[in-house]
Order: sequence, then structure tokens, then C-alpha cells
Amino acid sequence: MNTQTFIPSPDDFQPAASLVSVEQISRPSLSYWQDAWLRLKKNTRAIISLYIIIGLALFTLAGPYVWMVDPALQDLNQISQTPSFPKTAILVASYQRWSGVVFDDFPAEPEEFLDVIPPPDNLRVDDVATTQRVRLVWDPVVGAGGYNIYRNQRLPESINDLGLPLGSALAGNEVSYEDRLNLEARQYYYAIVSTDGFDESDSYSLLAVTPQLTVTLDEAARRGLVDGDSGTKAGHEIKLEFHPLGTDYLGRDMLARLMQGARVSLFIGIVAPFLYVMFGIFYGGVAGYFGQRLDVLLMRFADFVVALPFLLFIILFKIGFGIGPGESGITPMLIALVLLGWPATARLVRGQVLQIREQGYIEAARLLGAKSHYLIIRHIIPNTMGVILVTLTFAVPAAIFTEAFLSFIGMGVAPPTPSWGSMCNEGVKTMLSHPHELIFPATLISITVLAFNLLGDGLTEALDSKMRSRE
Amino acid sequence: MLIYTLKRLLAGVITVWFIATATFIAMHQVPGDPLMNDKAVTPEIRRNLERKYGLDKSVPEQYFIFMGNMLKGDFGISFTQQNRKVNDIIRDHFPVSATLGVLAIFFATVGGILWGALTAIYRNRLPDIIIMFLVILGISVPSFVFAALGQLLLVNINSLVGASIIPVAGWGTVSHMIMPSLVLGLGTMALLTRLMRSSMLEVVNEDYIKTARAKGLSPIRIFFRHQLRNAVLPVITVLGPQIAAITTGGFVVELVFAIPGLGRYFVQAVQQLDYTVIMGTTVFYGAFLVLMVIIVDIFYGFVDPRVRLK
Amino acid sequence: MRQFLFAAWVCFAHSATAQVTATSVDFDNQIITIALTQEPPQLNSMKATDQVSNFVLPHVMEGLLRYDRRGNVVPGVAERWEMDANGATFWLRDNALWTDGKAVTAHDFVFAWQNALAPQTASEYAFILYPIKNGEQINTGSLDPTKLSAHALDDLTLRIEFERPTGYFLKLAAFTTYLPVREDFFRDRNDQYAADVGDLLYNGPFKLTEWVHSASLKMVKNESYWDKDKITLNEIHAAYITEDSRARLNLFVDGKIVHTRLDGETYKDALTQRFRIRSFNTGSVFFLEYNHRPGRPTDNINLRKAIQHVFDPDEFVNKVLATPGNLRGESIFPVWLRGVERKFRQEYPAPKVELNLELGKQYLEKARLELGVEKIPALVLLVGNTPTAAKQAEYIQGLLKARLNIDIKIDIQTFKQRLAKMTSGDFDIVGAGWGPDFDDVMTFGDLFASWNLNNRGRYSNPEYDRLVRVAMNSIDAKIRMDAMAGLQQIIIDDAVVLPQYEQGVIYLMNPKLRGVVRRVVGPDPDYTYARVVK
Repeated sequence: MNTQTFIPSPDDFQPAASLVSVEQISRPSLSYWQDAWLRLKKNTRAIISLYIIIGLALFTLAGPYVWMVDPALQDLNQISQTPSFPKTAILVASYQRWSGVVFDDFPAEPEEFLDVIPPPDNLRVDDVATTQRVRLVWDPVVGAGGYNIYRNQRLPESINDLGLPLGSALAGNEVSYEDRLNLEARQYYYAIVSTDGFDESDSYSLLAVTPQLTVTLDEAARRGLVDGDSGTKAGHEIKLEFHPLGTDYLGRDMLARLMQGARVSLFIGIVAPFLYVMFGIFYGGVAGYFGQRLDVLLMRFADFVVALPFLLFIILFKIGFGIGPGESGITPMLIALVLLGWPATARLVRGQVLQIREQGYIEAARLLGAKSHYLIIRHIIPNTMGVILVTLTFAVPAAIFTEAFLSFIGMGVAPPTPSWGSMCNEGVKTMLSHPHELIFPATLISITVLAFNLLGDGLTEALDSKMRSRE
Repeated sequence: MLIYTLKRLLAGVITVWFIATATFIAMHQVPGDPLMNDKAVTPEIRRNLERKYGLDKSVPEQYFIFMGNMLKGDFGISFTQQNRKVNDIIRDHFPVSATLGVLAIFFATVGGILWGALTAIYRNRLPDIIIMFLVILGISVPSFVFAALGQLLLVNINSLVGASIIPVAGWGTVSHMIMPSLVLGLGTMALLTRLMRSSMLEVVNEDYIKTARAKGLSPIRIFFRHQLRNAVLPVITVLGPQIAAITTGGFVVELVFAIPGLGRYFVQAVQQLDYTVIMGTTVFYGAFLVLMVIIVDIFYGFVDPRVRLK
Repeated sequence: MRQFLFAAWVCFAHSATAQVTATSVDFDNQIITIALTQEPPQLNSMKATDQVSNFVLPHVMEGLLRYDRRGNVVPGVAERWEMDANGATFWLRDNALWTDGKAVTAHDFVFAWQNALAPQTASEYAFILYPIKNGEQINTGSLDPTKLSAHALDDLTLRIEFERPTGYFLKLAAFTTYLPVREDFFRDRNDQYAADVGDLLYNGPFKLTEWVHSASLKMVKNESYWDKDKITLNEIHAAYITEDSRARLNLFVDGKIVHTRLDGETYKDALTQRFRIRSFNTGSVFFLEYNHRPGRPTDNINLRKAIQHVFDPDEFVNKVLATPGNLRGESIFPVWLRGVERKFRQEYPAPKVELNLELGKQYLEKARLELGVEKIPALVLLVGNTPTAAKQAEYIQGLLKARLNIDIKIDIQTFKQRLAKMTSGDFDIVGAGWGPDFDDVMTFGDLFASWNLNNRGRYSNPEYDRLVRVAMNSIDAKIRMDAMAGLQQIIIDDAVVLPQYEQGVIYLMNPKLRGVVRRVVGPDPDYTYARVVK
């Protein structure tokens, strides 16, 4: 047995020489967020979304400088046009009212009521049929007390398929009709049915007419379609304004409107959700983390806000902010959206926080002396990020459509300023007959939502600390 | 647990009282009143109308009368549907909205959880991408479009068959309910799909899943017992308010499918400034919402025992 | 689900030409199915104001007189009548019965009218009873309802004294507010009167047998109706209630309803389905009403004239409304009104307004000088929040900017807020319309009299008021119509309002259903004399 005793000397308590080479950090230290950013840049989805967002920004900001068309300019010669190549039209003199054709020597009322009244003969077009007017003339029919005039876009199959009832001539000797109803340069089938003054006979005469696309001289001059003296005479052919994406119900250029509408929609669609999701995170985070009385109080307040009748309070906001007629209420609208939109996110975040704060790593961190705000920012929020990003991306279209609704009830952007949401709402009504008025704005909204979804996915993967190990 | 529930109910009653008061004040601040109509009436008739409906009293007085009646469970008589008690309106039309809402939520939840789980399993592969595109389409197109397209689809099915096998609109039988509730649940389904996907992905790397896997549990068992159960929490969170919102917010669907639900009354009452119906539906809807939230919160505890309710 | 929906839509969208067997008409049982746009808010005839109630009530109730298929008043409960400048006497038929078997008596009319006028009833349409002597004083509370000069001389004789000569009283007698109500039944039901099918007595061609709120309504042929042999339909079933025009078109395509109105959004879809489309003039006139209150720029006549000369109602009707049936607005008196012998507008054509840009600009310059401003201030155009109103407002905005360089601020307001602003005069221009209450020029003529509360722009012109009084106090058709022609001239000369259009609608009607009458006044559509053919 070794009985040598060890007597420690102060020298023994000197720190050992540090082995610098072992602890050398080979790469610069990255904070959590820096790391996330690095991984985001490597994420394909995020990169795609970035390109889309740049594209949208270009469309919105640079677009109007490339496509310099007034989005409010109405072109009643080209209403609800589908996308097409530039069209040419023929200049005509301005419209003069037409007195029509009435035979004075023919009886207005039938002298006797016949069982069968034949349809009129010799149905023809008076003058040239143009998109300004189509003038129909026919021969009077013995026994007729009037005529009904119909127009169809397809060849009628039977008397029940004559198309639109344009109007009636109310006497047997009134043998003309002028059609000016939204004429397009396409083939129409006009049908005339004789009546005895009350009931229609059961046969019709038919005429196919294709009006020429025309513009009146006045109109052309006003729109600047003709320059100087050249080509200002009737009969000349001129180029009409080009609408690459077609026009809307007042003949306004869709492309220009989409570009202008993007400003409002993207602003509201991005800023409002961002603001209220931020507020929701803060609110829900505080409620969920601190729990107890504060949680009860805060969440009851959230319930309160959710249950308020939205429309009523919007009307109240409008008055409260003193928005006059025709004024744009974007800021009040933003405030209203945030004030009324945050509870959903807050509730969701709180639910997540409730779950996460009981996790082992939180306990561990707390035992190590971590402060509340550190816990919330470093541990809790990043772990709720996935859910938060989902609500954020869903809030984008919701905000865009809420904007449209608010504009519709007079709080939001004032006409004629367009937005994608309101263009969608207008397009819905004619979605079967003019689908382009719905499809274009809806596609742009979809692309925006897609971009944010991709970005959200990318962010989730980048921010998720647990996924680091897998890379 | 019982004490917790009672406490929550008490808090709920106070919340509803706040809702009623705020709505009452807001309603009287908005210009116009329920008696105005397209055709102007003489001051005499107008005074008679005001007296009849008690609008000649001061607003605070009206407030106390209203609150008193509300405590007795009486919301008064509708302005636009004269002769009809607001209580009757709620009693007649809420069950319709509720049926529609429950069905919609059912479709949305089943679909959402299913699609969401599917996308999480096939993450970044074709099914995930396809479903994501559909989800985006589902939320980027106004719900009115889906309602109209859904109805058109029914018309076309009937016309191909040559007989009305599915009703195009109306209410009454189960076949009346399918399309409207599908359309109504669409938005929620899209939201739940994405939520589910995201929380599934978070859960998949949790230690307890790894443990389970290490224990050699079958993947199916892991999926149902551990993953799904833990991932479903955010879905439940949004479900509470969503049930309430869908049940009263089906205005568009109710209109398109000619369904006699409460949602139409709720929206029209505000437009018409029908004071009694606004108050009745708002208070009822508020109470319903509060109740749903309480149920969801209690449900939390069952699904995730770690969430302690105090 | 979504995938399925879209694929299916793409396949089917335009393929549906095969027709579903229509269940909307049942020939064997003579039953038809219809859709209502909204729930009738009110089936108490003394208080009803809206279109749906005014559609249902005349089917299940009958007044002294009713309208026939050609729109003439014909005997209803009254068998015959005599009328002079001071009053009218009606002799009731003895076989007009209530559904509980009791006879309809003169007392029932007197009671209904007294009750409608009584201040505590607070009927919004009480004014329509003012031609009866003391009516107005009763309504304002200065006389007791029993003082109404309408008396039951016996059970079957009714004598009415007029407040002033009322040449169109017979047309009033067919109006909803003039329908009878039996006192004992009313007192028995009290607040519940007309709240449900059992809380109403019927004396019309049909009776209500089922009323599920917001869902459906059933009218069944009334076997105790005195003229029941003329009624072919056994049942009118209003099985759907929706305001959505596309939904109603879909129901029609599916053969579920017999009638649906088309609008600018749905008519193109109806065309592709190859349905017979019909048109009908609703009799309503739409116009832009100016604010004539002092201090408003629109109080300046030259500004109004400037707008009048650049607004083209033809373009408005053909390009903006763009549905057939609408007529260009030229007058506040629509074309269907009767004049002395023929139609009013045939006898007194509307003054021509020249569409002239240069003239418009000259007026504008005058207005600018008179108002003493550099540029005309932006005008506020108040509109309701309906899609069509917004579209029309945008057109006006674009038009006035392009032609006169006037800025328009569109003030979109929800229903009640718009009314509040109209009442308080918080607008420069407001989009308005007027539908007739009864079949007489006066329903339009007194609209801009200074005392008329529906004169929201507060137009006031002594000459206009004088002419209205002339027409009011005469029963001579010529004097009345001359006065009305004077009003028509003033409206255009003074540019009181800007007539936009006379409303026409297009609609689909199941071809197996015949005899449906479309009406400008009275129930529309009127299915009373309809029948289903094979």
C-alpha cells in the first residue's frame, strides 16, 4: 500500500493550457435566423416563389409604363370583347335618328281578323348594316296589326327559338325596325313574326345579317383614332384600340385594369394579412404563454371581436373615419381588416403555444434560466411557424376578396379604380358568356396565392430546426 | 373540470352581454333606421310607426327595454317580416343552417384531414403538388363561383339522365343537402388540408414518433395513434370558430340553393337595419360561438393531455 | 371533390340541350310550381307595401274590383257601381264568401279602410286611402277612424264620399290596401293577424294552405270563390325562394319552375339553351334626380341642361343596360299610361332633347360663370350597392368626364344609408326610379310637386305645383291630360331630372302554361286565369 500522501499546492489549481486547435470554429457562427435564411435560399420552392413575386411586382409597378392605356377609358364599341388581335373598323357618319317606314295607305289595324296571318315578305336591310344600327324593312302583311322582331345568334330551329325579343311594331303599316342593341360584328338571324295586334302568328320570316364593325367620325376623333385630315372621311378603314386581354362590360381594357387593380389587391392582400397575423401572433403568444387570468381575458375579448356583425361595424368605421364619397379608404379599410381579422390567428397561435409550452425542451430551457421573451421568440414562435404561415397564406385571398366586398358597399377603393377582387365579382356574373372577365383576375389571384404558399412551404422547411438534422 | 366549465360559461355570458351592448350601440350609430323605405312616408305615419316600435324613446331607454326582454328570452318582433317574432325566426331557420353547417364541417374535416395527411406523406411529390394546386384554386376563386358551378353541374347531370335525380335547389331531403354542404365546406376543407399538412410535418420528427418507430410499432399504428392524434390539434382549434362561421355565414350558398337558413336573415337584417333581427341573430350567433369555443377548449384536454386546463 | 367538380364542369358546361321532363307543370292536376324572389314580409293587406306581398295577396283576396286579362277594371266583390264627382256607390254581390263561409259585406271594407288609416296601425300605404273624405285627418290623428266617409248603407251597399274629385278611384279600388278585412276575425287574431296561413281569411280565387317561412308557399283553388268556374289551376306552389337569378334559371332549365326573369347576366345562357324568350314592360321609369336644394351646384339649371344635352339615353339603353325591352328615357310619363283617348305619350309626345356636345359645353360655360368657379366642383352621384347601379354610375362618370370634363364622385351606399342620404339631401345626383301605384298619370305627375315627400331633390316650382292641383281637382280627362303635358314640358325644359330608361324585362315562361298575365299595376305575374295545356 502506498502511503505517500498528496498535498495539493496552489500550482495544481492553475488552469490547464487550452487546446486551441480542438475548439477552432471552422465556419462563422450562424444565428438561428441567419441559418434559416441560408436554407431558404437553397429551397427550390422558395426560389420559384421569389421569381413569381418579382414578376408580380414588375407587372404592377412597371406594367403601366409599358402598357400605357387608361384603365378607366370606356370603349362602348368594344364591350366584353374576348382577347383578340387588333381590329379594324370603318368610319361612318354620326348616327342620325331614323323615322322608319310607315305605309300611310295601308291599314294600321287589320280590317278583319284572319285565322292565319302569313309572315312578312321581302325582309331586307335598309342601307348598310353596321354595328351602329341595323335597319330592317319588310312588306306589309294583309291582316297584320303589328309585328314582333327577334334576333338570334344561331340559326333558329323553330318558332320557339327566335332568340331575343327586340321589340314590336305596333301597327300593321309600321314595317320597319331599327336595332341598336349592343351590336357586334358577327352574324345575326333576324326573325319577324306578324301579329293581329295581340297574338302572334305561328310562322316567321328570317334574315341573316352581319353588321360591319364601324366607328362614328365623332367618336373616332374624340378617341384620337384618326390624326389630322387624313382618313377622316366616312368609308375609310381605321385601326381600333388593341385590347390584348379583351375588355370588360364597359369596354375598358382588361390588361390595363389588371395592372392597376394589382396595386390595391396586392397591397391589401399582403399588408393586411401580415399586420393582423403579426398582431395575432403577439396576442395569441402572450395569451397562450402566460395563461391563467390573462389568457381567459384575452381570449374572451377575441371571441367578442369575432362575434360582432362585420358589415355593421364596417359601415360604422366608414362614418367614423369620415370617408367622403368617391374617396379611397385604403387606410381605414386596412385598419378595419386588421381589427376584425386578427382573432383567428390569435386563437390558432394560442392553441399551438399551449401545446408547445408543455414540451420538454421548454421546461429545460426554463430550468436553464431562459427569460419569457427569449422562450417565446427562440423556441415557441419558431415551432408554431408552420401553422402561422398557413394562416398567413390563406389570409391573402381572404383579404383580396374582403377588399372587393368593402368596395362594393362603398368602403374601399372608389370606382373607376379597379381591384382584382372586384373584377372577379363582376366577372362571376357573366362567367359562362364572357369567361375571360373572371378567369384573368382569378388567375392572378391564384398566382399570388401560389407564390405565398410556396414561400410559406419554403420558410417552414427553412425555419424548422428539427429538419436541420435531415439535411 | 366542472368548476372550469362553469367558470367558462359564466365568462361566456359576460362576453355575450358585451357583444349585445356593442352591437346595440353600433346599430343606433349607423345612419338610417328600420322604418325608412323606398317610398317616403308622411311625418304623421312616421311618428305612428316610431311609437308602435318604441323607437320614439331615447336610445338608453330602448337599451334597457331590450336588455330586459332579452333576459326574458324575448328578442321582439322583426321589422321587415312583420308579425314574426325574432325567436321564431331563429327557431325556424337555425336548424336548417346548423344541418347544413354540420354537414359542411363534416365534409371539410374528413376531406381536410385525409388530404392533409396524404400531402404530408407524399411531401413534395406529385400528390402533394396536385392537392396544393387544388387548394390554391379553392381559395382563390370566390365561393359564389363554386356554388354556381355546383348547381350547374346538377342541372347537367339531370339533363343527361333525363330526369331530376338530384334537386337543383330547395331544402327537405338528404339529396338537397349534398351539393350545398360540399360547396360550403370547400374553403374550410382547403384550410384544414394545409394546416394538417404543416402540423403533420412538424409532428413527424418528434421524439415520441421516433421512440414509437424504434419500438417497432407498425407504421399504421404510429400514423393513427401518434402522428394523427398530435397533428390534429390546430385543426380542432380552427374548428370551433369555423363551425360557428359556417353555420351562420352560408349566405351565398343559402341564396343560390334557395335554402331557408338563418344566414340569409343575418346578412339581410344588417342591410335592412332590422334592429330586432340584428340583435337576435348577433346575440344568438355570439352565444353559439362562445359555446363552440368552450367545447373545443375542453376537447383540447382530451386530445392532448399535456394541455392543462385551469 | 374539387377536381371532380371542375372536370365535370368542363365536360358539361355547354352540352346540356336535352331537356329534363318538366315537373313545374302538371296537366292532370293543373298544378304549377313557381319561385319567389323573397319571402312575403307581410300578408296583412292593410300594411303590405312590397312586390311579393302584392303578388300573393291579389291571388288569395279580392277587392271591390279586380283587373281582367287586358288590364281593365272589372267587377270583383262589387257587382256594379256608380261614380260621380262627389263619391261612389258600390253594390256588392251576395255570393262573395270568406273561406269560413260567411259573406263578404260592405262592413268588411269599411273596417279595413278605417283600420289602415288609424294612426296606431301605422300603415305606410295609408296615403292611398286619402281620396276618401276625412282619410287624411284620420291618419294624422285629428279625427276618429269612425269619421271616415265610407259607410255600409246595408250589408251589400257601400257609399263613399270623396275628399276631392277622384277620377281614378275605380283603379284604386283594385289596390291591395283597399282589400276587405273582417272585423271579428281580425280582433280574434289581433297581433297574429296574417302571420300564418290560419291567421288570415281568404275571399280570392285561391287560398293559402301552406307557408313555410323562407322556403315555400302553397296557394290552392278556393272552392267557395264566387267565380270559381273561371279558375282552372288547382294549385300554385311557390316551392323556392331565392333572389339569385342564375339559380332561378337553373331551376327553370331543370324543369322545376314555370317562370323566371332574365337579366343581363343570364340571358345569354338562356339563349344557348334555345328557350323562347319574352319581353315585358314593367311600367317603371328610371332617372337621375338632381339635388335642387340651394347651394348645390346642381341647383344651377345650366349645369343640368349641359348634362341633359350630352347624355344619350339611346346609348345608355343599348350599350349599358344592353338587354332588350328597355325603352330610352324621354319623359317621366311612361309610354303605357292612358291619355284622353289613346296612350298619353301618343297624344302628347315627349319634348325632343337634342344630343349636342357643343350645346352642352355652352351650357356648361354659362353654369361655370353663374356659379363663379374655375371648374365645376366634383359632383356626388349617390347609388345603391347593387351591381347594376354601380355599372350605370361608372358609365355616367366616364361619360361626363369625357364629354364635359366634370368629375363625378360615386357614393356607394347600402340600402338604408342611401335612403338616409336621400332624405337629408346629402348628394348632388341620385339614381332613382318610380313604379306606378295605380293606373293613372297622377302616380307619376305629382312626383315633383313641392309637397311630395318622394321629391328627394326638393324641386320646387309654383307653376309645376299649380298644374298638379289643376289635374287633381278635375275629373275632366282633357283638362287633366293638358296639365300633365305641361308637367312633361317643365321636366324637360327645366331639366328637373334626367330620364334614363323605361324598364323592360325579359323572361322565360313554360310554353305549356297559358293565360298568364303580366301587369304594370296589380299582381305580376298574374296566374289567376292561367291553365296548363297538354
